[in-house]
Amino acid sequence: MKNNNVWIASFTASVIIAIALLVAGSPSVTASDQPSAASAAVNIDNFVFGPQTITVPVGATVTWTNKDDIPHTSVSTDGVFKSKVLDTDEKFSYKFEKAGTYPYYCTIHPKMTGKVVVQ
Amino acid sequence: MTDKNKDLIDQKLQDLNNDGIDRRGFLKCMAWAGTGLVWTMSGGIPTSRAFAKTAHRSGGNGADFTFVQISDSHIGFSKPANPDVTATLQTAINKINAMPHKPDFIIHTGDLSQLSKPSEFDTLDQVLKGASAKQVYFVPGEHDMLSDNGEQYLQRYGKGTKGSGWYSFDNKGVHFVGLVNVANLKAGGMGSLGHEQLEWLEDDLEGRSASTPIVLFAHIPLWTIYPDWGWGTDDSEQALSYVKRFGSVTVLNGHIHQIMQKVEGRVSFHTAMSTAFPQPAPGTAPSAGPMKVPADQLQRVLGITDVNYLVSGRSLAVVDSPLGNSGSSASENEGAPLAVIGSSKG
Repeated sequence: MKNNNVWIASFTASVIIAIALLVAGSPSVTASDQPSAASAAVNIDNFVFGPQTITVPVGATVTWTNKDDIPHTSVSTDGVFKSKVLDTDEKFSYKFEKAGTYPYYCTIHPKMTGKVVVQ
Repeated sequence: MTDKNKDLIDQKLQDLNNDGIDRRGFLKCMAWAGTGLVWTMSGGIPTSRAFAKTAHRSGGNGADFTFVQISDSHIGFSKPANPDVTATLQTAINKINAMPHKPDFIIHTGDLSQLSKPSEFDTLDQVLKGASAKQVYFVPGEHDMLSDNGEQYLQRYGKGTKGSGWYSFDNKGVHFVGLVNVANLKAGGMGSLGHEQLEWLEDDLEGRSASTPIVLFAHIPLWTIYPDWGWGTDDSEQALSYVKRFGSVTVLNGHIHQIMQKVEGRVSFHTAMSTAFPQPAPGTAPSAGPMKVPADQLQRVLGITDVNYLVSGRSLAVVDSPLGNSGSSASENEGAPLAVIGSSKG
């Protein structure tokens, strides 16, 4: 009898610990998080990425839209993502699966820089 | 006409009571730019002579020649600033063909195309076929590098070039160097030549007599005009240090779609107008993008550059002309100012 109780107690404790670990380990449980379809937009206009720094949750998709009358690109400085050349009204999307900071720039007009912060 | 011009210039030079040339007087001077005046610094005193008709008068001096710089044709661009860039390029070619002297060749300082598309390059080639000068030298602009590091461009215009498309050639004693400063651009940076190209340039110039006139041409300006808009080349200082010893250096660039000039010692810098659309002066607009002007003024803010090399003074005279003139009344855009090009006598 006593052994059973001990066994149940420790089993329950393990389960609770395991759940706690699962919950702690998952970064996606925050008040502002949306379960799966998080997205954000960056507009390219007048040789500027707007907003220049954008913060999104892990798993979010960022979509760049070129509203300028000149083509631009959106290319990660660390080789993480690379858009094709975007003419006016063309878009490029990238889904950020990992947390981190992702600086990027326009390879045609390198003075144009931006940053995606994923957390 | 020639003598009248000369007399008026002498008047201006001798008019020491000049309060500063007034606007109308200044604009009159500008209107002469189309005829072509050569200013040379001789013992520190500027002297001038009209050269347009005289360039080939010295029959014995066969080494005099001219070439034309065009730039930023942006074939494929089709927005309000210019819905038909092919037509304005054709106007530029017609203008070249109408010149009294046939240029030895044309130099295109880049942004041939808008999006590096084969059809755009095809159209450009088609228009250039109709030029009186059959030889055209190119350097790419950033718009020509959009297909896999400029593969499309190199295939078509890169024969005999190195790296991303740099090369040099000689014409009647003048040494020309085409540089590429639009490849491998770094985030936050401006134009860039890169280590490999700089090493090649140093080698290429080594051993050449200092009296050899040098012409460097590249798309993005090789001097810093406006860093915020990327109008400059991060490592151009090194390139310019290699040409310092030469008696006459001319640097021809494009990219900014307007004329800017600077003389520093024996080096003259010049940027050309575009044949497609103008861009705003530095800092006068939110960005460097295409600038729309009233339709009847478009021809005046687009243009070509005629460069005359005179062996006698080992000097190059750079004359910009807009695609269209306004007629009798001069305006701010009428006939661009010409550059003073040093002679080889230091």
